[in-house]
Amino acid sequence: AGEGSAPGPEDGAGPPAPQRVLFPPTFSVSEIKNKQRRHFMFLRWKQQQRKEKLALKKKRRKEREALGDKAPPKAVPKTIENQRVYDETTVDPNDEEVAFDEATDEFAPYFNRQTVPKILITTSDRPRGRTVRFCEQLATVIPNSHVYYRRGLALKRIIPQCIARDFTDLIVINEDRKIPNGLVLSHLPDGPTAHFRMSSVRLRKEIKRKGKEPTEHVPEVILNNFTTRLGHSIGRMFAALFPHDPQFIGRQVATFHNQRDYIFFRFHRYIFKSEKKVGIQELGPRFTLKLRSLQKGTFDSKFGEYEWIHKRREMDTSRRKFHL
Amino acid sequence: FLSFFSSTKTQNFCRNEYNLTGLCNRSSCPLANSQYATVREEKGRCYLYMKTIERAAFPRRLWERVLLSKNYEKALEEIDENLIYWPRFIRHKCKQRFTKITQYLIRIRKLTLKRQRKLVPLRRKIERRENRREEKALIAAQLDNAIEKELLERLKQDTYGDIYNFPIHAFDKALQQQEAESESESEREEEDDDDEGKREFVEAEDSELSDFEDMDKLETSSEEEQEEEEEVEKESSQSKSKGKRPLKGPARRKRPYIEIEYEEETEPGTKTKAA
Repeated sequence: AGEGSAPGPEDGAGPPAPQRVLFPPTFSVSEIKNKQRRHFMFLRWKQQQRKEKLALKKKRRKEREALGDKAPPKAVPKTIENQRVYDETTVDPNDEEVAFDEATDEFAPYFNRQTVPKILITTSDRPRGRTVRFCEQLATVIPNSHVYYRRGLALKRIIPQCIARDFTDLIVINEDRKIPNGLVLSHLPDGPTAHFRMSSVRLRKEIKRKGKEPTEHVPEVILNNFTTRLGHSIGRMFAALFPHDPQFIGRQVATFHNQRDYIFFRFHRYIFKSEKKVGIQELGPRFTLKLRSLQKGTFDSKFGEYEWIHKRREMDTSRRKFHL
Repeated sequence: FLSFFSSTKTQNFCRNEYNLTGLCNRSSCPLANSQYATVREEKGRCYLYMKTIERAAFPRRLWERVLLSKNYEKALEEIDENLIYWPRFIRHKCKQRFTKITQYLIRIRKLTLKRQRKLVPLRRKIERRENRREEKALIAAQLDNAIEKELLERLKQDTYGDIYNFPIHAFDKALQQQEAESESESEREEEDDDDEGKREFVEAEDSELSDFEDMDKLETSSEEEQEEEEEVEKESSQSKSKGKRPLKGPARRKRPYIEIEYEEETEPGTKTKAA
């Protein structure tokens, strides 16, 4: 009932005919049978709503300014990150248990600088052009990595061979219809295996404003937003791919940024223009990963012990719940 | 007999399961011929099915089944001895069919040993949902900003050590304190020591020192203190502006030392002296 009389007095010097019309109290736009007229009335109603909203905003702003210092603080808008369901496995930086776990898990030798990462990149059978090029570019990004093509060899059989030749990590890029769509990352001497779904892969030539090729320097690694226990272990997996001592001369940085369970990988070259400004230039491929499963041992789809699997019906129920 | 008939553009086929050749002809129709034989396989084993006119009245016992041996040659002999005195056509076609069947059974067994590609069906709704969510996550991530922030954080926390020429914090602190205080002076001198280690300004330092040495010879000792102060402050201002104008630093110093060195403080005094 209020909608009819309220717009009337607030209208200032609007266009004459439409604005001065008052809607009768029991009127609703959806009751007009004629579509054209209904549409017209709806647009008019929308315009009025917008005007009201604008007027309200202005009023509020004036009030804020009038109050000056005593104004209440601005309301923080709600974002999905703000509203995220609290995950009880969030890692607290001071947690001793977590620290102890990390000191004794499979990545401990890497973090204690006892092992140097050596990585084998391979694909599923018969890789097509895009996948091959992507593998090559990935090999330039990750130092000390080698690409080998798999001509029909079973993964279970090449794993012991890799261990024998001192590889620390195995990356398998799965391909479907000529584009890479999956990634299996396995830490070799009996380490965890993570299976990801890979999407929006951009090769170097498709990146706009890219720089020159990545050089041989060891890049730095940035891991953002890995908060839960699961996220922490995945983050360590990624960190274990790169040698521990980055060469700052190279000014290259590889970023794994986790946002809402999607891990974005970017490779940049940075330059400090001043102490408060840094410029980054993207070089190297980019892709996004979404974790599908984490297995305790090396890659074994049938008999492996799964630490975490993404179960769609259970885990995708809430829009604000994330696991990484 | 056309109830099992199916045709394509080029050929007519018979869908009867006992058909020997698969085509719909008078000679290869199991219903049209009272004496007929076929080879069919079940669960990897091949059987020879025979139909004779004597059993035409007993539909249940119409088709007689004989298990063929697994050995290829022996099975062919068995076909021959079972179909002895049968028309040539049927015998020949039976053996051909048996050969084809064994070949595809072998292929099946070979393929099952290799790794099979597991086909996982995509669900369109889920794919669309995930793509949408990925886009939104990308927008929310603001990757460039996040990376820049992280890099600046690392710079602040000195992970890069001495590579970069932006020793910010110490200078900010120095600026806040009074310049005349000894503490600030000592800080600045420490900074000067750091500066001397850096690439850009090494020669400038030398030239400046040499300049000052020359100047020292020319001028009286009472002005030395002034010079030191000015030198120090000059350097501090230089290093302040390092970030902004790194190139101008050495260029400025290469100009005759008469003019610039003392611009900051005692300009009138020095200019008269220089002149």
